[in-house]
Amino acid sequence: MSAPVLEVRGLNRAFGALPVTRNVNLALEKGARRALIGPNGAGKTTLVNLITGVLKPSSGRVLLDGEDITALSQAERARRGLARTFQINTLFRGLTVLENVCMTIGERDGECNNLWRAAGAKRSVIDEALDYLDALRLTEDALKLVRELPYGRQRLVEIAVALAQRPRVLLLDEPAAGVPSSETHLILDVVASLDPDIAILIIEHDMDVVFRFARQITVLVAGAVFTEGTPEEIMANADVRAVYLGEALHGGDHHG
Amino acid sequence: MDESEAQATVSARGVARARAADFLARRHRFRWPECLPWLLAIAAFFLLPDRMTFGAQVLIMVMFALSLDLILGYAGIVTLGHAAFFGVGAYTVGLLVARLGYAEPISSLFAAALVAGLIGFATGWFLLRYRGLTLLMLTLATAIMLQETGNLRSDISGGYDGLPGLTIAPLFGVFQYDLYGHVNYLYVLGVLALIFFFVRRIVYSPFGQALTGIRENVRRMHAIGSPVHRRLVTVYTIAAAIAGIAGALFTQTNAYVTLAVFDFDVSAKVMVMLILGGTGRLYGAFAGAVVYMVMEDYFSKMSPTFWQFGIGLLLVLTVLFAPRGILGLVQGLGARAWRRAGP
Repeated sequence: MSAPVLEVRGLNRAFGALPVTRNVNLALEKGARRALIGPNGAGKTTLVNLITGVLKPSSGRVLLDGEDITALSQAERARRGLARTFQINTLFRGLTVLENVCMTIGERDGECNNLWRAAGAKRSVIDEALDYLDALRLTEDALKLVRELPYGRQRLVEIAVALAQRPRVLLLDEPAAGVPSSETHLILDVVASLDPDIAILIIEHDMDVVFRFARQITVLVAGAVFTEGTPEEIMANADVRAVYLGEALHGGDHHG
Repeated sequence: MDESEAQATVSARGVARARAADFLARRHRFRWPECLPWLLAIAAFFLLPDRMTFGAQVLIMVMFALSLDLILGYAGIVTLGHAAFFGVGAYTVGLLVARLGYAEPISSLFAAALVAGLIGFATGWFLLRYRGLTLLMLTLATAIMLQETGNLRSDISGGYDGLPGLTIAPLFGVFQYDLYGHVNYLYVLGVLALIFFFVRRIVYSPFGQALTGIRENVRRMHAIGSPVHRRLVTVYTIAAAIAGIAGALFTQTNAYVTLAVFDFDVSAKVMVMLILGGTGRLYGAFAGAVVYMVMEDYFSKMSPTFWQFGIGLLLVLTVLFAPRGILGLVQGLGARAWRRAGP
C-alpha cells in the first residue's frame, strides 16, 4: 500500500463545550475514492473545514504528502494542492465563468502577482481554462456571468474551479446538493470521470451515488469515525444500518 | 449522419471557444470613448481660461477619487479615512517648502508618493486584517490620529492656521506658475494622465483581476490559494501613494495647506464623488468628481448656506435610481440604445 497523500491524525475540534470533531483519523492514498457519510450534524463539513484550514483544530494533525500542514493557512494549503468545493456555491458571481477559472489558474501559477501585463494577454491561461470548461461541457456558458446560470450549472463551475487548481487532493462537499434530481446525473458523471490520480473525498447523502462512486466509505457519527470499509462491508454492517443506512435505505425504497 | 452531427458540435464548440478567448484577450484594449474625458479637459483649457485654478482642483479630486476607486471599487475595501494619505501628501510638499526650503515641484511629488505610500503600507499591514465596521473605524481613526499628530506639533505643521504663502519653484526650472494657473492646470492634467495610465494597467492586470475576486468572494479567494492580505496591502499602498500625489498637487495648486486636509469631510467627500460617478469603472472618478465639484461651485454661489442640500439630493437620487453611478447609468442607456439600433 502506497503512502497516503492526505492524512488526518487524532483531529479534535470543539465549538465551546460542544465537541464536533472527536479524535478523527483518516487517510487518502493517491487516486483514492472515499466517501464520507453520516447523519445530519455528524460534523462532515466541519471535518472538511479542518482539513482545508478554514478552521483550526483544538488538537491533532493534518499531513499532506507526509508533511505537517496543520499550522498553514488555508491559502497555503490550497497552493500545495489541496482543493475543495463548497456545499453552497462559493463563486465570483459577478464575473464570467471563464474569468472564474482564469482567476484560479492565475493564482495557482503566481500570475496574479503581475500588476502590469494585461490579464487576457496570456493565451495559455485562457486555453487551459477553456479545456476545463470543455471537459465539463461549460464552453457555451464561458462568457455568461456566474449569477446568470442555473444553480446546477453553477455546481459544475465549482468543480471546474477546483480542477483548475490542479489538486492532488480534492474534497467534494455534496457536489449535487441543491440540484434538481433530473440534473444530478450530469454532475455525478463528471465526478465519476475525474482524473484517476487525484485523491478524492466526497461528502454525499445519496446512497446510490456513494455506492457507485466510492471504493471506501468512512461513516461519521457525532463527530467521531463510527466505522470504515468497502461499500459492501458498510452495506452489510448492521450497526451502520441501525444508526444511518437503515433510514436512508428505507427512504430509498419509497422513492425506488 | 451521426458523424457530421458530431463534427458540427465540435466546430460549434470551437467557435464558442474562440469567441470566449477573444473576449478576454481584447478586454483591456483602448476604446475610443475613452478619449472623451481627456478631450473635455483639454477643451476646458481653451474655453474657460479664467477658471483654471478651479479646473486644477477638479482634476486633483479626479485623481483622489481614482485612488479610492482602486481600493473601494476594485478591491472592495471600505474606508472612511482616505484623507489620511491625501493629507500626508499635502503636508509632505508643504513641509518641504516651508521648513526645508525645498520647492522643486516634480521631485516633491515623488517624495509625497513615497511618504504616503509608506504610511499606507504600515497602517494597511495592520488594519487590513479586519473587515466591515472594525475596518471602517480603524481607517477613520488613522486620519484622526494623523491630524492630531499635526495639531500636537503645530510648531512644525502650522496647526489649523496651516502653512500659508508657499512658493513653488518653476516647473522643470522653466515654467513659472502664473496667477491664472494655466501652467499648473496643464501640469496637473499631465500628472493625472500618467497616473491614470498606471491605474488602468493595474486594473486590467492579473493582479487587478485578483482584487476583483477579493471583492466578489473572499472565501473563494482563500480557497484557491490567493494571498489575500498581501494583495490588499499592495493595492492599499499604491492607492495611498496616488492619494499622496493628489494631496501634493493640492498644496502646489493652492500654495497653502492646513490640517483641514485630514478632515473627515474630505474622506466622505471623495467617497460621495466616487459613488456618484460609479465605483469600479475607472471613469466613474471623472464623472463623479466633475459633477460634484461643478454642482458644489454652482450651488454655493446660488445659496451659500444651503448648497449641500443640492448635493444631498443628487446623492439620494443616484443611489436610488442609478446604483451603479452616473457612468453606470450612461453605459446602461448606451447599451439599450445599441440593442435597439441593432438587428
